[in-house]
This record gives sequence, C-alpha cells and structure tokens, in this order.
Amino acid sequence: MKDVVVTGVGAVTPLGVGARTLHERWTAGACGVQDGEAPSSDFEPTDFLSTKEVRRSDRFSQFALAACQEALAEAGWNGEPPYPPERTGCVMGTGIGGIGTLEEAHVTLRDRGAANVPPLAVPLMMSNAGAAALSMRYDLRGPTYGIVSACAAGAHAIGDAVRMVQAGDADVMVTGGSEAALTPLAYAAFAALDATSQTGVSRPFDARRDGFVMGEGAGVLVLESADGARDRGARILATIRGYGATSDAFHLTAPDSDGDGAAAAITAALNDADLEPGDVDYVNAHGTSTPLNDRSETLAIKRALGEHAHEVPVSSTKSAIGHLLGAAGAVEAIATILALRDRVAPPTLGWEEAEEDLDLDYVPEKARPLSVAEDRAPIGISNSFGFGGHNAVLVLEAA
Amino acid sequence: MATTATPEQVETKVFDAIASFGPDRSEVTREATLESLDIDSLDLAELSQIIEEEYGVSLKGSDVAEIKTVGDAVDLVVSRAA
Repeated sequence: MKDVVVTGVGAVTPLGVGARTLHERWTAGACGVQDGEAPSSDFEPTDFLSTKEVRRSDRFSQFALAACQEALAEAGWNGEPPYPPERTGCVMGTGIGGIGTLEEAHVTLRDRGAANVPPLAVPLMMSNAGAAALSMRYDLRGPTYGIVSACAAGAHAIGDAVRMVQAGDADVMVTGGSEAALTPLAYAAFAALDATSQTGVSRPFDARRDGFVMGEGAGVLVLESADGARDRGARILATIRGYGATSDAFHLTAPDSDGDGAAAAITAALNDADLEPGDVDYVNAHGTSTPLNDRSETLAIKRALGEHAHEVPVSSTKSAIGHLLGAAGAVEAIATILALRDRVAPPTLGWEEAEEDLDLDYVPEKARPLSVAEDRAPIGISNSFGFGGHNAVLVLEAA
Repeated sequence: MATTATPEQVETKVFDAIASFGPDRSEVTREATLESLDIDSLDLAELSQIIEEEYGVSLKGSDVAEIKTVGDAVDLVVSRAA
C-alpha cells in the first residue's frame, strides 16, 4: 500500500492559535485550563474569516477553517492547489457539531416562535458543516464528509483519509477534527453523566483525577502519498505508518474495563504499520482524566505493548488543553507528530499521585528527551476512544 | 405585529439587514445587484424573516426569485405593506 505522509498541520487550541504554539507551550509546561474549562480564548474569527463567513459558520467550523488555513499554507498550498480539485478530498470529525447554534435556535423557538427560527440553523449545526466549509473555501471537490464517533472522531477521520489516499479515491486529503461545545447544554449534560471534573482540574492518570475538563478547538492535517509529496517537492513532516480501529461492544459510555477493545486497536495499528511493540518510542494517550478511561487505557497499553509498556513514555495532551472531544484525536495526532520531530516527550501536567496498577511512565512534571534508536526515525502512537465504545489508534513516524 | 412604514423606513430596514449579512454598508444602494453584494438564497430567507416580523409581510420563494437589486426588494416590501 502507498505510504501516506503529512505535509501540513494546523491547530486552534486552548494554548493558542497554531500547531507549533500548542507543541511549544505544552512542552514548556503551559496549561490552557482556566476556571475548570479550556476555551480557545486567543481565537478571533475575523482574523481568518470575512463577516459573511463568520455568519455562515458555527464556532466549530470556524476553528476548522483557521486550522485548515495554517495546514494548507505549510503544505505549500497558497493559491494554486497542488492537485486537481476533484482529486482533493476532506474528511472532518466532530463529536457533536454545531451545538452552540442548536442551543441558540432552540431559545429562539421557545421565546419567539417557529417563524423566527433562523434559516441558517440547520446548515450551521450539521455535523458535516466543518467539512463543507473547508470544501467551499478551498475548492476541495473530491470525497468530502463528516465523521461522527464522539471523542474518537478526529482519529477516525485521519484513518479514513489515509485509506482514501491508499485506495486512490483522492490524491490529497484535508482531514482532522473540530469541536466547540463549551455551551450550557453540553456542560450540564456531561456533568449529569459525572464525566466532567468537579474540581475543574485535568490530571490524567493521577490518583485524584475526577473527570475531564472540556476544551474546544480544531486540528487539521494535509495527507498525501509519499510519492506525490516528493514529486511536488513538498516538505514531509511525518508518515502515518498505521491505523487501527475497533469497538468495545460493551457499554454506551464506559470503556471495557479490561481494555480489550482499546488494546486490540493498538495491536491492529501496529500490525498495519508492520511494527512490533518494542518499536514504539512514545505513546500519546487518550488520557482523559476520568477514573474509568485512565485505568482501562493503562491496562490496554500494557496488553498491547507487553513489557515494553513500562519502558515507553506515556503522556496526555489533555493535561494541558483539556478534552477537545471530536477534535482531540486530530489535535493530539498533530501534537504527537511535532513531539516526535523534536524527539521530546511532553509532560502529563499535574500528575503527582500514583494509583495502584496505574504504573506506567506518565512523564510527570516536565518534558523529557525521547530515547530513540540511532538508525531510525522516532515512532509514536496516538490513542483515541469515544463514547459508544469506539477506539481509533494511529501510528506516526517523524520524517 | 405589523407596523405602518414609510418607503424610507422600509429602505433603511432592508439596507441594514443586507449590510448585516456581510457587504459593507456603503456598497448597499438601491441599484446594487444582490449578486454583486454576494447575497444568496440563504440571505434572502433571513431577509424575508426580518421583513415578516417587522411589517407582517410574507415574502414567498416565487416573490424573492424576482428580486435582482436591493431596490427591487425595497419596492416589493413597500408594495405589499401598503
């Protein structure tokens, strides 16, 4: 199968606008959580979009558009697209879509009646709106759609995009995930599930963890075949070596307590990459800071990597930016790529107290250089798991 | 609740609504075509809603399809609201 490479990345996160901003600030130990939430406060829609584009997009699509602009610029895509538009596709994940738009429209319905519900409500809230916005703005005329798998959506989108390039459905894919769910209904609903942190602290794998902190943002990557990238002289950032996706078929919200489904996804991704557990230099964990996830994920990593699980650094981006739900998988894949390129394991911020059986190297306190064999490029895995029992794992290799 | 409006008031209302959809207010004139202002069917759906709430005038799809310029929109509302 064709090697699929990453030639551009872009991100909007609670640590700022820009993929390198995320990488550099997280590695330096900065945390974007404030008052129990992680908003992308630095993002100003009009820095990227016209008045019309702002009106025509929910915040989750605006994040995607800004991240896309950065990713395309890095891929050398300013102006002329590098491939024919009809060979250029877009798959974007989201957990919920335009929930802010939905909530506002519902208030209008309740207070002012059906005749005043905005005509833009449906096209802004639909979960494919992010993909549609990118397609229209950048003339992407190949296969374009949204992917919905809760907090695994960003990783599933990347995995699908890889397969589409490998299958020849497209020459280049713009892919990733976006989410903007810092809304009253989303807060209330996640809190009702006991999924979010009462203390407002994201400390994955720590014994005191009590739920995730909700964040918002987007991550976008440009994927193309290695041959195509070389032919057009594009700079290659990383190779997507493998992708594995499984399902727990266990519970609507809880992960399989044995970590079987997640472990199977890691193993499937390594098999796809034709790699062994011992080849993994870094694990970017899903690490939500919920009691259930971090326990079952630790078990899954041990099952999939065996003895090597205790030798490999495991850290969670969510310690620095909270949980970006359907954007998380994409943002974290980008964070993993940039960490591998710099040969660094960024820290799991806030990790202080060990819990029994949660005994991996979670990279506490501060970033650490990655130890990598001399004769090869660093390899990492990025885990993403979603409500519904969806598991998606990417194996990434720095170029 | 419908209110009685002068043509000047209708014009101001329509101009303001169209400007809120994206174009610069200075570009919104009676002669400006909707196409030149990048006003499309979704904007017209919003405009219809604003007009209906303000003047109680219902603009149907077939009415809206005839509108080519900002002035056409103003004149249509004025003729219905009379």
